[in-house]
Amino acid sequence: MQQLSTKHLLGIKGLNEQDIQLIFETADNFKEVINRPIKKVPSLRDITIANVFFENSTRTKLSFELAEKRLSADVVNFSSSNSSVKKGETLVDTVNNILSMKVDMVVMRHSSPGAPQFLSQNINANIVNAGDGTHEHPTQALLDAFSIREKLGDVAGKKVAIIGDILHSRVALSNIFCLQKLGAEVMVCGPITLLPKYISSLGVKVELDVKKALEWCDVANVLRIQLERQQIKYFPSLREYSLYYGVDKKLLDQLDKEIVIMHPGPINRGVELNSDVADSEHSIILNQVENGVAIRMAVLYLLAGVK
Amino acid sequence: MQKRLVLDQKQISIILDRFCYQLIENHDDFDNTVLLGLQPRGVLVLDRLEKRLEEISGVRVPSGYLDATFHRDDFRRRNIPLKANETKIDFLIENKHVVLVDDVLFKGRSARAAMDAMIAFGRPKKVELMVLIDRKYTRDYPIKPDYCGREVNTLESQYVSVEWALNGFEEDAIWITEKEVKS
Repeated sequence: MQQLSTKHLLGIKGLNEQDIQLIFETADNFKEVINRPIKKVPSLRDITIANVFFENSTRTKLSFELAEKRLSADVVNFSSSNSSVKKGETLVDTVNNILSMKVDMVVMRHSSPGAPQFLSQNINANIVNAGDGTHEHPTQALLDAFSIREKLGDVAGKKVAIIGDILHSRVALSNIFCLQKLGAEVMVCGPITLLPKYISSLGVKVELDVKKALEWCDVANVLRIQLERQQIKYFPSLREYSLYYGVDKKLLDQLDKEIVIMHPGPINRGVELNSDVADSEHSIILNQVENGVAIRMAVLYLLAGVK
Repeated sequence: MQKRLVLDQKQISIILDRFCYQLIENHDDFDNTVLLGLQPRGVLVLDRLEKRLEEISGVRVPSGYLDATFHRDDFRRRNIPLKANETKIDFLIENKHVVLVDDVLFKGRSARAAMDAMIAFGRPKKVELMVLIDRKYTRDYPIKPDYCGREVNTLESQYVSVEWALNGFEEDAIWITEKEVKS
């Protein structure tokens, strides 16, 4: 099989293992492309892609835009802060207007979970979810798993601990689905107030002690404390969070093994991750960023090929 | 299914030897020459050629694999996207004499895409095309091989299948086969 089983990338839940492996194999080839002196290929030269971002984003938007440009697609960017959304226009109207300008694909970020799903049922274009609320962020999960595969050779059989603000994270959910589909064992770790009540029903281990989580895992995917999504206080202070859940070199030195450190960025340095870990040889954070472009190129290439 | 043998193992060996002597004649000591096998099937020809060339001339010519999938002009015109293969070129082709190696030349579209893909690695001084089989009268683009094993006349309803012992076939052979008509 050389085709994705879906027309849209709404979440990892909608992909099967073959889809994920196909994306990885295609990304392997694109990674070679983006390390060439000339990083561009003409595959999507007749495709127009709209990046529709209803929420702030730096690296995801940049990464998608670079991926699109390296595939030679025409790119239009939309951000809600200076658009007609402010005048009361609906989501479908906004996107349909963009599509009337003959756009083939929409890369969308929205604060409401399910917004890309809703859009896929109402418009005729390939939709790529670039993060919807606290629901899913599929390309981040794919690039995370791809980075683990690159570093450790395989994802199957590996133990991955997702540490931090699980409740407000869209990365956590997509990561759990993706890693499990690829045969990894997953643990979540964080203060009880930042763990969703349903989380153990997803088949993940739950741990409240970060040291035990680090002792258990091969890979620690440390998540950002999403202060902007927290309407109420979930822990007494950042200082206390850092003390109990921050990952620093001292903590890693206590382990009798080496583990891989990941972070989807942006990092709250000194809160969930110390600089002595973020910038250490254990960290593959910048590899994740590089792999993000290759993964997004693969996703766009494969989706554009689905009729 | 009708099959007609075009080249057998012995003939393929003779052609590869001929290619080697032609290359030696045209490229002298291979000082400024590189070989690129086109993925997926041209690399099998390249591997054989590279080995034989070293046996005959004593020179190991820099060689690599070139995949042109992302440079093809039929993306979204096929039912499913083509799966890419590995590109392995660990040298610069800037100002080099490049010999592109493939098994079969048909419409010329793959060769065009390959030249497009190759440009990403530098601006070659000269490019030549080497193919085992040239399907005459089927070209869409004005592309002609510089080194050709055998010219054959084929119909649209036929395809050329290349079998390598290395891939589990009894022996190296090239056949013209009638495409199966789907009822």
